[in-house]
Amino acid sequence: MDINWQFIISALPLYQKAAWITIKLGFWGTMLSLIIGLVCSIIIYFRIKVLKELVAIYVELSRNTPLLIQLFFLYFGLTKLGITMSETTCAIIGLAFLGGSYMTEAFRSGIEAVSKTQIESGLSIGLSQIQLIRYVILPQAFAVTMPSLAANCIFLFKETSIVGAIAIAELMHVTQDVIGMYYQTFESLLMLVVAYLMIILPLSFLLSWLERKVRYAEFGS
Amino acid sequence: MQNLGVNVLFEGTTIQRLLEGLLVTAGIAFLSIIIGSLLGIGMGLLRTSQSKTIQFICRLYLEVFRIIPILVWLFIVYFGVPSALDIHLDGEIVAVIVFSLWGAAEMGDIVRGALESLPKHQIESGKAIGLSFWGLYRYVLIPQAVRRMLPGAINLSTRMVKTTSLVVMIGVIDVVKIGQQIIERSVIKVPTASFWVYGLIFILYFIICYPLSKLSKKLEAKWEN
Repeated sequence: MDINWQFIISALPLYQKAAWITIKLGFWGTMLSLIIGLVCSIIIYFRIKVLKELVAIYVELSRNTPLLIQLFFLYFGLTKLGITMSETTCAIIGLAFLGGSYMTEAFRSGIEAVSKTQIESGLSIGLSQIQLIRYVILPQAFAVTMPSLAANCIFLFKETSIVGAIAIAELMHVTQDVIGMYYQTFESLLMLVVAYLMIILPLSFLLSWLERKVRYAEFGS
Repeated sequence: MQNLGVNVLFEGTTIQRLLEGLLVTAGIAFLSIIIGSLLGIGMGLLRTSQSKTIQFICRLYLEVFRIIPILVWLFIVYFGVPSALDIHLDGEIVAVIVFSLWGAAEMGDIVRGALESLPKHQIESGKAIGLSFWGLYRYVLIPQAVRRMLPGAINLSTRMVKTTSLVVMIGVIDVVKIGQQIIERSVIKVPTASFWVYGLIFILYFIICYPLSKLSKKLEAKWEN
């Protein structure tokens, strides 16, 4: 099969732009998910009434439905009720809605893994609840939960491939367009795969480096 | 406030059509789970093999599916393969192929994890009482491994069901596509149709996936000790 290099060079700027959008969406999706996950897992930890139930409902709803449907519901459904937002906002909210529940589960299992003696020792030396969380629970929970946080982060970057369905010019959307316009199927798909490899591979190396870095807080191993 | 718009769901055959679409999705998911599991068990057995080459190839196969999003794979097989081989592939067939291969990779990892988590003395005792290779797997390892891999396997199934929602992107007339058709048909009469239809599809997926993930959690808790 002959590769049309000329076409690849001419389409490169398009893909470059699309790749940046993918990275941007993935980054903000992950960040918001982390915040949601942290807040929700702290709510679960303190067993705050009502909020705890809401978090449980949110987690089940978000984990048991596909992102595509969540996005369509947000983007096409809610706009009809008068809530309008830009595609990008909608995509980031969708990713955060999905990722938030995965991060919640990850943090929760990390917090559960912190041994009781740690918490009790913290309390007995007179730490306040906030200090306990900040200095004792979170550092250790992070160490335990880092592998699943990393997996979730990569998962979210991959899920950005779906938001092209609501007219965001990220990699999938651009590829679909290019295939439709120029019929350079092989070249477009090749660039798509290479672009994802260039995003996901460094990310996964970065995350496994980070994983090793936070190990120091792992207690007793 | 006379017309809330929810009526769009109860007019004519809307619900029936959506359920028919769901059946297409469920059919793809079901077939892929079965094929993927069968291939995955073979894959898992291969991955416990001693040969470094086989291990490397299997690992590579898994990573290839883990790194590249499933939607990209759907595109590659749907657009790339027909244009490379000059054949026609239906969206449904593409979906089953991609989901089965992906399922095999992930299932293989689950099976491998289960087999490797079995204590070593099980294998050694099996060998000591003179079981053959197949006897060892058939009577000792597989029955124990099945328990350990079932929660993961069910989890994978819910993931596959959720991922089948993507088939609309490669032209399969699934529940999402039918939803879009219904919305387009009634958009003038009922402007809020998209809210209700996508809301219903959202709930339909939840109804399928929720019991599965609950079951998986239950089994996990039950077999942990």
